[in-house]
Amino acid sequence: MTVDHTLAIEDLTLGYGDRTVIEHLDLVVPAGKVTAIVGANACGKSTLLRSMSRLLAPRAGHVLLDGKDVHRLPAKQLARTLGLLPQSPIAPEGITVADLVGRGRHPHQGILSRWSKEDDIAVADALDATETVQLADRSVDELSGGQRQRVWIAMALAQQTDLLLLDEPTTFLDVSHQIEVLDLLTDLNRTRGTTIVMVLHDLNLAARYSDHLIALASGGIHAAGAPSAVLTEETVREVFGLDSRVIVDPTSGKPLMLPIGRHHMHDAAV
Amino acid sequence: MRRPKRLRAVWLLACLGVLAALMLVSLVIGSRDVGLDDIVAALGGSIDGFSEAAVAKRIPRTVLAVIAGAALGMSGAVMQGVTRNPLADPGILGVNIGASLAVVIGIAYFGLSAASSTIWVAIVGAAVTALFVYTVGSLGRGGATPLKLALAGAATSAALASFISAVVLPRNDIADSVRSWQIGGVGGGSFTSVQQVLPFLVVGFLVCLLSSRGLNSLALGDELAAGLGERVAIARGSAALGAVVLCGAVTAVTGPIAFVGLVVPHACRLLIGIDHRWLLPFSAVLGAALLTAADVVGRIAARPSEVDVGIITALVGAPFFIYIVRRQKVREL
Amino acid sequence: MSTLTRAGTTRKPRTTADAVAHGRARRAARRRTVVIALAVLIVLVFVLSLMVGRTFYPPADVIGVILGQDVPGATFTVGRLRLPRAVLALLVGLCFGLGGVTFQTMLRNPLASPDIIGISAGASAAAAFAIVTLSLGATQVSIFAIVSGLAVALLIYALSFKGGVAGTRLILIGIGIAAMLDSITNYVLSQAAEWDLQEAMRWLTGSLNGSSWSQVLPVLVALAVLGPVLLGQSRNLTLTQLGDDTAAALGVRVERTRLVVIVTAVGLIAFATAAAGPIAFVAFLSGPIAARIVGPGASLLVPSALVGALLVLVADFTGQFAFGTRYPVGVVTGVLGAPYLIYLIVRSNRAGGSL
Repeated sequence: MTVDHTLAIEDLTLGYGDRTVIEHLDLVVPAGKVTAIVGANACGKSTLLRSMSRLLAPRAGHVLLDGKDVHRLPAKQLARTLGLLPQSPIAPEGITVADLVGRGRHPHQGILSRWSKEDDIAVADALDATETVQLADRSVDELSGGQRQRVWIAMALAQQTDLLLLDEPTTFLDVSHQIEVLDLLTDLNRTRGTTIVMVLHDLNLAARYSDHLIALASGGIHAAGAPSAVLTEETVREVFGLDSRVIVDPTSGKPLMLPIGRHHMHDAAV
Repeated sequence: MRRPKRLRAVWLLACLGVLAALMLVSLVIGSRDVGLDDIVAALGGSIDGFSEAAVAKRIPRTVLAVIAGAALGMSGAVMQGVTRNPLADPGILGVNIGASLAVVIGIAYFGLSAASSTIWVAIVGAAVTALFVYTVGSLGRGGATPLKLALAGAATSAALASFISAVVLPRNDIADSVRSWQIGGVGGGSFTSVQQVLPFLVVGFLVCLLSSRGLNSLALGDELAAGLGERVAIARGSAALGAVVLCGAVTAVTGPIAFVGLVVPHACRLLIGIDHRWLLPFSAVLGAALLTAADVVGRIAARPSEVDVGIITALVGAPFFIYIVRRQKVREL
Repeated sequence: MSTLTRAGTTRKPRTTADAVAHGRARRAARRRTVVIALAVLIVLVFVLSLMVGRTFYPPADVIGVILGQDVPGATFTVGRLRLPRAVLALLVGLCFGLGGVTFQTMLRNPLASPDIIGISAGASAAAAFAIVTLSLGATQVSIFAIVSGLAVALLIYALSFKGGVAGTRLILIGIGIAAMLDSITNYVLSQAAEWDLQEAMRWLTGSLNGSSWSQVLPVLVALAVLGPVLLGQSRNLTLTQLGDDTAAALGVRVERTRLVVIVTAVGLIAFATAAAGPIAFVAFLSGPIAARIVGPGASLLVPSALVGALLVLVADFTGQFAFGTRYPVGVVTGVLGAPYLIYLIVRSNRAGGSL
């Protein structure tokens, strides 16, 4: 089972070039839970995630893993604790599923070490958990969108990290595959206790699948907490500039946001 | 941005003025500088004295630089319009080397020597290469993106250059001329060569100018253009044909000169906008000016010897190419 | 329970872990076979090129010369003329193979080969300048070449940096710089005291004519020093194929790997180019050919080096004896490599482009 790690952000300021994206942000990621980050385009969701996984150096402030600044930790050591699935990972042409998942073992392999039994077991576990065992010898190029995403998650799983960050894991998938991936992540969280932080663009899916919901706007946290507390009509208006009705979703008991455009306002007034 | 027609006319006149000045400079400057009366006398036909003889040699050279530059400039503008690609240029796409190779093969294996036949052969070579590079570059996702086209062009150029070497190497009889088929220059210009290439160029210019409106529609994208009633295949085919005739004919006489067709249309667009009916003639004038200037620089940069104009255009054009690449957004590449 | 599986074993793998290990062992075995086969072929062609020529020397004589014995007649021809040429062909091929596949892997594009993006052009322009205009000696020429190669690489990197380096921009800028450098090479050659076609061929397409031991030495040193460094980065390099972000997430220090790998690759290419010129397409083709025969997912450094060596040896041998005229090795690789090159571009475009 996983060990609980604390991932905390203190007074973080991030930017690209002369543009500041995030300013003075404080955040603690609840261990062992599923956290979702939502917000309008270019509000800094991906930027925040990338700084959490050390891909982006902060202008000011710290990202702390168990109290230690992530930028001071050796790269491989960090990679054994924190895994990241970025937005557009690239699969080398013709690579097989087993091979790709095997790449996830790199943080556990020293410069001269060969493959060990543990590595094989880790890969096998990852394949089992994502139900991709039958695909093991197939080429990644041939897989469907949902299958490919599961394979990438398997690779991140083979890393055997306690924390898993995912940047828009469902963006290019069709609806059934989106649910497939999110259900898988929920399983991982429930059975292995993996702390999950994911950036999602779909508010309703984010509310349904997360224990902790964070809404970003104007370079900072607009609201954070349980989905029912965060996903309210005021939040949607303030973060997205959109009028809406928020009701309780009959299938999951979580909040469900219904957007109101120009054409349905009189119906909504009821 | 709307360009008032008057402004465009002003710019055109200004460029013509610059061209005229450059032509004059080209006659004056060289391994020995001459005075105005020598020029007038030489133009009148007399070649007494070294100065007048020098001018007499420079006249055809200048004329060749002007018409070659015009042809390359316009052909580049057309290619950029046909491929909707800011990086298209007969040199980069390997079209000029293809024309060169065709001529070399013709001379080496078929004993071609008459100028008109070499020009025809060059045009065929240019056409085949253009078609080939465009086909290879447009396979796969995204069609003919600037990157894929440039890569296809670079790889094809390298391959064809090897072929040229392979053909020329065993042939001592034509080995001397291999230099001129690797990199172009206007030094070999004579009135006969100008006369022979002129009809081809005139045809090329006409075909290109007639396809200006088609190019304006094509700029919107094939589907939109067809929706507006443009016959896309014909417009594209005829424009491409014009461009290929122009660069094939020029290469037959001068050898491969690159980057004129790249730089000139971009500069023109900055001055007069994207309407091809103005862009094409303007590119011709600016191209003529550029090549004439390059030739002058080539003659004075390393006096008394000279630097081939193809080298100058590469040294000036490549940084400009890089500048254009930097300006584009990555996903447009 | 014994069932014959597709792999031919008689026991069905019992756990997923076993299946994973089995698959990996199979791929490793394939790679091993390919490497051994390539090495054997290289030895064969090497010996063949020592035996064949205007005079034919039997294998016994050739081996005798290699071992240092004094074989009448053979010692000079084989030892002074053919041996340095064959050794240089081998070393240069190894360098180009390594350098080419490194760039292609790092830039995630088989078309981003150092001979297309200007590195070879830079080294060869510098070498041509050093030899033709400045008349420097072999070691100095190599130093010139490597300094220029690195300067060009730095220039390309700097010019394509706009808040980060995008592969497409880098490749295009490389093409532009290559065009500039090619024109400089042409200019240098045209200004030579005498238009020496042989010399021109060397710097325009690559040639092994007139190879001597003094040219072999710098390349040998470069390979011995830079080769192991590059091989040490093999795993890191393979991981960068997954994208910078994913590789970093797996614990690879991407920028550092990139720097080390570029410097060593440029060094290898520069030294090889200084000795033999920019032998057309070897750097470009070695990687993709190795990828096809070794299969996907494996580390390509060693197979690619061997393919490069084999290509140069075979092309030089062919160029000398297969046709009526003696063609320099660069023309042979250029002409015979062109169709495969086009095929690769077509395939790469169709697939969306990664090695």
